[in-house]
Amino acid sequence: MKFSSQMVAKPYFIFAMILFTGQLLFGAILGLQYVIGDFMFPYLPFNVARMVHTNLLLVWLLFGFMGAAYYLVPEESDTELHSPLLAKILFWIFAAAGVATILGYLFVPYARLTELTFNELWPTMGREFLEQPTITKLGIVVVALGFVYNIGMTVLKGRKTVINMVLMTGLIGLAVFFLFSFYNPSNLVLDKYFWWWTVHLWVEGVWELILGAILAFTLIKVTGVDREVIEKWLYVIIGMALISGLIGMGHHYFWIGPGVYWLWLGSIFSAIEPIPFFMMVVFAFKMVRERRHGHGNEIAVTWALGTAVMGFLGAGVWGFIHTLAPVNYFTHGTQLTAAHGHLSFFGAYVMIVLTIISYAMPIMRGRPQGNSLKAQKVERLAFWMMCLSMLGITLALTVAGAYQVALQRLPEDAEALSFMATQDKMMPIYWVRMAFGVIFVSGVLTYFTSFFIGGKLPEAVKLES
Amino acid sequence: MADQFNKGMARNIYYGGGVFFFLLLVGLTFDTMRALPDRDHRENITEEVAHGKEIWEKNNCIGCHTLMGEGAYFAPELANVYDRYGQGNEEAFHAFLQSWMAIQPLKTPGRRQMPQFNLTTEEVDSLAAFLIWTSRINDNDWPPNIQG
Repeated sequence: MKFSSQMVAKPYFIFAMILFTGQLLFGAILGLQYVIGDFMFPYLPFNVARMVHTNLLLVWLLFGFMGAAYYLVPEESDTELHSPLLAKILFWIFAAAGVATILGYLFVPYARLTELTFNELWPTMGREFLEQPTITKLGIVVVALGFVYNIGMTVLKGRKTVINMVLMTGLIGLAVFFLFSFYNPSNLVLDKYFWWWTVHLWVEGVWELILGAILAFTLIKVTGVDREVIEKWLYVIIGMALISGLIGMGHHYFWIGPGVYWLWLGSIFSAIEPIPFFMMVVFAFKMVRERRHGHGNEIAVTWALGTAVMGFLGAGVWGFIHTLAPVNYFTHGTQLTAAHGHLSFFGAYVMIVLTIISYAMPIMRGRPQGNSLKAQKVERLAFWMMCLSMLGITLALTVAGAYQVALQRLPEDAEALSFMATQDKMMPIYWVRMAFGVIFVSGVLTYFTSFFIGGKLPEAVKLES
Repeated sequence: MADQFNKGMARNIYYGGGVFFFLLLVGLTFDTMRALPDRDHRENITEEVAHGKEIWEKNNCIGCHTLMGEGAYFAPELANVYDRYGQGNEEAFHAFLQSWMAIQPLKTPGRRQMPQFNLTTEEVDSLAAFLIWTSRINDNDWPPNIQG
């Protein structure tokens, strides 16, 4: 670690992992509610558990991105963070607001929560992923602005590397596009149209810039490949992400009101969306193959390669299989969407945060070449448990979705099975998903265990050439 | 990547491509905004319909159901629930929704349950009006059949 102010990243990473645990707990409850319909009803209805599951994901990924930025921007800028104190204050504000919101979801009926938080003054609640009370949304804006200011000032006074500039564009975009969450007109079509300006332009837009920047930083560190080479790749990858992803938003506009030309634009451009993810795979493996030096933290390298591969599978392949309008006509809003959602969020965003944690956390704990070999071995086991079980969950949901389409969507009115009758037929597949979910939770617990395993620390590795 | 392809060119792809396609998106959005009134029939968004949307949001209906295919996938699609249970008769649909909301939860053991939201008669009527308006949005003929 070059600068002491990088240490502010540590609480961000730790708190992210705590929230991750909570997300998994509620994921497990939701999985059970799929197979035992009235599980925990009426104490924890499905809608509440789902809101907690998705909102925790969102919040902990933001904690992860912030931690990553606080760690890597000073090092890239070659200067101390502008204000470590501001970073600490914002941590506590964000953590308190996040926890209070989740507790509100759990212990106050949602309708009551809208009243308690004066939603009627500026209604923004009750929309998927944007369920947070308006006051929480304002808090997120304050935290995001303070964070972007802090990072921005650091970049301004230091080196303006490509990684810094790309990360900055991504973070500013993240803050700007969140503002669309405050627009909620009575017209459902307009509401939905601009809801996607937050949701799509985050996950298929600016978040990919953040992902690319973190991945590029980690690869420079663990491979020692020339910065010029890595930066060129980064530009092309995120350039392609924006070129395909911006108009690719059209795949969300097929069936919610906008006109027919979106069927063409959405299909064509989103068919290109896998390309930047594929390039990321080629990039990561090429950089590791051409590395100038070895690194004792082998498992961080594994995570970096893993996020490229799993991101490509989840966002690229699983996105593509249902993105063409004639296919999406039948698959829209089925379990196929859930399959894609799980693998893409895990592969692209969960794993990039775990990558930077795996690289940076040992350094912040005084182990510049990574955790002990024994700890890395356990972390590697956890890596495979998580990746394979998430693939299992995805495959199960894919089969479920295909079955759902066959029973409920393809037949004519008279022969089509109702939604609930179809769900009953899908029950065995939901049990398979649940089984993979248990393995996933075990994988994450194994991962946490690895943090506490001591032993001989690895030494710096020199490549023979 | 080949040497003749330098970092400056890569940077131009990123900034140039990003800005160009963002502007294109903004342009297409303006065009869509001009076309939407004929497709969403906003002239029919009465106070009752608007109130219905507020009820929909206030009770987090999207946390289980889908609406035009978006939402959770735990409970049936509701953008066409008027077509499914109203059979083109608004009065019949209002009556159906009143009784449906009143009998929740069904308490069939092991089956997914819909909570009792304790809505007033007037609130359920607004909700019905909102769902009827939603069912008439031109959504390129989605869903494929009545089951949604």
